[in-house]
Amino acid sequence: MKIMTCPINGPRPVQEFVYGGEYRPMPDEPAASDAQWADYIFNRSGEPGLSREWWYHAPSGTWFIAERDNVKDVVLKTYLFDRANPPRAGKGATP
Amino acid sequence: MPLKLLKFGLSGKYAEPRMFRTPEKMRDTYDLVIIGAGGHGLAAAYHLAKDYGMTNIAVLDKGYIGGGNTGRNTAIVRSNYLTPEGVEFYKESVRLFSQLSTELDLNLFYTERGHFTLAHSDASLRTMRWRAEVNKHLDVNSEVIGPREISKLCPYMDLSCGGHAPVVGALWHPPGSIIRHDAVAWGYAREACRRGVEIFQKTAVTGIDIVDGQVTGVQTSRGPIKARRVLSAVAGYTPRITKMVGIRTPIVIQPLQACVTEPLKPWLDQIVVSASLHIYVSQSSRGELVMGASLDPYELHSERSTLDFVEGLVDHLLDLFPFLGNVKVNRQWAGMSDMTPDYSPIMGTTPIKGFYLDTGWGTWGFKATAVCGTTMAYTVAQDDDHHLIRPFNLSRFGDYTLVGEKGAASVGH
Repeated sequence: MKIMTCPINGPRPVQEFVYGGEYRPMPDEPAASDAQWADYIFNRSGEPGLSREWWYHAPSGTWFIAERDNVKDVVLKTYLFDRANPPRAGKGATP
Repeated sequence: MPLKLLKFGLSGKYAEPRMFRTPEKMRDTYDLVIIGAGGHGLAAAYHLAKDYGMTNIAVLDKGYIGGGNTGRNTAIVRSNYLTPEGVEFYKESVRLFSQLSTELDLNLFYTERGHFTLAHSDASLRTMRWRAEVNKHLDVNSEVIGPREISKLCPYMDLSCGGHAPVVGALWHPPGSIIRHDAVAWGYAREACRRGVEIFQKTAVTGIDIVDGQVTGVQTSRGPIKARRVLSAVAGYTPRITKMVGIRTPIVIQPLQACVTEPLKPWLDQIVVSASLHIYVSQSSRGELVMGASLDPYELHSERSTLDFVEGLVDHLLDLFPFLGNVKVNRQWAGMSDMTPDYSPIMGTTPIKGFYLDTGWGTWGFKATAVCGTTMAYTVAQDDDHHLIRPFNLSRFGDYTLVGEKGAASVGH
């Protein structure tokens, strides 16, 4: 992976981007138990596969979602986060 | 041609006994299945056989003995960590490593080199003082030294670093050593085999059977095995194994790369580490400079190497040792590291009865091989965490009792 496509700025060298970790939906604050919070804070779905993750384009300050094959290191698509239509959590292709 | 070699060629029989045998058939049932025939798994097998008389053990590996991160690290052994939990643990490992050649009756080329962690700023000097005080308190030989003492020990280092970020001091750890890492795995394998442990290479685990929260067996590429205890001692593949038993962990896989140069005459006695320059370097007994840098910056399940890595690494190496400008890089490789959020391992019992973890070994696993052998053997034999590994249990992520090890290599703090 040498070039990544920022949803706002188009294809840019990968050195301009910062990895922000796997996308994880936050549990409901008042309702979540201590165990659910601990799981949200610490645990990750670490197995290989298609992963939806946060990336940051540092020069323009843009956070976005990338869908990446983390075995072949290929980015399949990138898009801005949409609160009304959030990405699916965990590994595997979007239906 | 030596006569011995000619005779060997004509006879077609191995002149030397093999280090370990490969049994023809797997048994139906074992007392314990160890996943991963690296240093950690084999050391645990050896200590279970030797110290606890457990010999009905199968060690399975999808590749070959020591072909994972045991053969991919930079072979450094040291104990100058930051947290008391980490220091106590690695101190015991250094003690065991220093006697391991005798224990395994195999020359492991263990050499005490002395270990520098260079400081390029007042902030890092402060952390080194902290580390030195913790180390001294726990009886580990470690002290902060100034540029003049560094020059005396290692006269070839350019302490001005080309004028960019001069070296202002170092944490000096005389017991820091290097050891031949492949031989560590082979030695443990041979001695475990001698006591009846069976090692199956090229045998992948495809599933783990659990009934009512108790391990009952393992599915492998060569058929099923019944076993009521399973120890996972893999690196880089941990999330795949924990998924088989339905345990969630914080482990994220990131590659760690390393490389060696062509051999040079001996000139570098010590192990030199600089976290600010993202580099560690030592000279092997063959004369090659063995070098590593920092983790690749994102999750990746691949052992690929990159040109970016070598470019970044040698750039910083030349800051410290400008005269190496014409030296060529011979080989480079990568290993997949199990990273945890507190830079500490995940070891011991799990919520599943009979399933034990020796994992989360990020960039600090090889130097713990010896102590993991004794502590995991105790844990499996007694079904209770050894006191040295209690802080590293998986449950710490549910109880918010993380360890926060800032003495780990190859990671920014």
